[in-house]
Amino acid sequence: MGGLSLFDGIAPTDGAWSVAQVTQRARQLVEAGFDRLWVRGEVTGLKAYQSGHWYFSLRDRQAQVRCVMWRMDTQRLREPPEDGTEVFAEARPTVWEERGEFRLTVKQLIPTSADGMWQARLERAREALARDGLLDPSRKRPIPPYPRRLAIVTSPDGAALRDIVSVVRRRWPAVELLVVPARVQGETAEAELCAALALAGRLDVDAVIVGRGGGSREDLWAFNSERVARAVAAAKVPTISAVGHETDVSLTDLVADFRAATPSAAAEAAVPDRGAVLGLVNGLARRLAGGLTGRVDLATQRLDRTADRLASGAGGRLERGRSRLDALGAGLNALSPLRVLERGFAVARDERGQVLRHVGAFTPGARFRLTVLDGDVPARVEGGP
Amino acid sequence: MTDRPSFREALERLESIVRELEGSDVDLDRALALFEDGVRQLQVARALLSEGEQKVRRVLAEADGTLVTRDLDV
Repeated sequence: MGGLSLFDGIAPTDGAWSVAQVTQRARQLVEAGFDRLWVRGEVTGLKAYQSGHWYFSLRDRQAQVRCVMWRMDTQRLREPPEDGTEVFAEARPTVWEERGEFRLTVKQLIPTSADGMWQARLERAREALARDGLLDPSRKRPIPPYPRRLAIVTSPDGAALRDIVSVVRRRWPAVELLVVPARVQGETAEAELCAALALAGRLDVDAVIVGRGGGSREDLWAFNSERVARAVAAAKVPTISAVGHETDVSLTDLVADFRAATPSAAAEAAVPDRGAVLGLVNGLARRLAGGLTGRVDLATQRLDRTADRLASGAGGRLERGRSRLDALGAGLNALSPLRVLERGFAVARDERGQVLRHVGAFTPGARFRLTVLDGDVPARVEGGP
Repeated sequence: MTDRPSFREALERLESIVRELEGSDVDLDRALALFEDGVRQLQVARALLSEGEQKVRRVLAEADGTLVTRDLDV
C-alpha cells in the first residue's frame, strides 16, 4: 500500500474499513486521478430541483454516468437541456461518499449542435458584458441631432454602406461620411471590426454607425463577439448598431447607444430630415421677423407720442428714430427675402450684388438694382452726372 | 469639428433669440441686436441646409499610424 501513503490519514481500525472510510478514500483517489475534463454525451433523466441543482446522467452507447450540476453553475444557463440533447460537459469526476456513487460534478454544459454551441457562447459573453455594466440602459447616450461628421464601420463594398449613403444623401447631405473599412464576416471579421472601431475612435466625428446587411446567423457572428461588443461599448461618441436582421438581437445591438434593425434605419436615426428641419427653420424665421415687427410697432407708437408732445422742438430726435426704423427695415430684407418682398419691401443691391443698407451707400448717379417680389428692376440714384 | 459652423449651435442660438425677442421687456437697441444676430444664425442654418453635395470618404491608416482619407464612390 506504499502508493497510497498519501492517504495515511485514513486507515482501517480493527483490521476492517468502515464504509465511510472506503468511499472517502475512493473519492480522494478519483479526484486525485483526474483533471477537469470535457465529456461528450447525451443528457438523460434530468431533474432540476427547486434548490437550483440539476441531477442527470450522461450516456453514450456503451455506458452512462451520474452527474450533478450545482446551482452556482446552472444559474448561468437559461434552462436545462432537454432529454436526449447531446452536450459537451466540463466536469470533474468524483465519488459521492454517502452513496458510494461515482459521478461527475459538471461546471459547464454546452450543446454540441453548432447552434446550441453558439447560443451558449453568446450567453456567456452577454453575461460577461452585463457583469461589467455594459448593458445598463442608463449608459445609453442620445444620438446628436445634427451631426457634421459620421464614421461608418462596415465593408466598403457591402449593401449596408450603399443603403446608408443613399438615405443620408436624401435626408441630410450636409453631413460628411467617413467610412472605416472592415470585413464583416469570415475569420478576420472580429479583429478587423475591433481595429476599425479603434481607428474610428481617433476620428473627430459626432457618432459611429457599425453594421452590415442581413445574412445567415453564421454571417452575422462577428457582431456577437464579446471583443467587438466591448470595442463598441468603449466608443467615445454615441454608437448606432445596424446589423441587418429583424428578429435576433446581436451583442453589438445590446451595447450600442441605439439599435437599428437595418442599415437604412441606422441612417435615419443618425441624421435629421432636411424637409422637416427646413420647416422648423422657416418657423423660427417668421417668429424672428414677427418679434422685431412687434417691437418696432411699439417703438413707432412711442415715437408718435413723443412727436405729438414735443412738436417742433424734437425734430432731431425724431429724425434719429426714423433712421433707426429705416435700418430695421433693411435688416428685415436680409431675412427670408421672398417672404419679406411679398409684403412690398424691395432690396437694393449694387452692381456686385452687395445689399445697400444705408443712405451713405447710394452715391448720386450710381446704378443699382432693386429686387421686388417677381424680379429685378434697374435703378439709378438721382442727382448724379 | 471646429472647421465648420455647427447647425445645432446656430439653431439653438436662433431659438433663444426668438424667445427673447418675443418677450415683453426687450428694449429697441437690444431687439435690433438680437434680430441681426438672428439673421446671421439663419444664414448659417440655411447655408448648411442647402449644401447639396455629400462627401463620402474612406479612412485608411498608414503604416506609421497616421490617418488619411480618400474620396469614395458609393
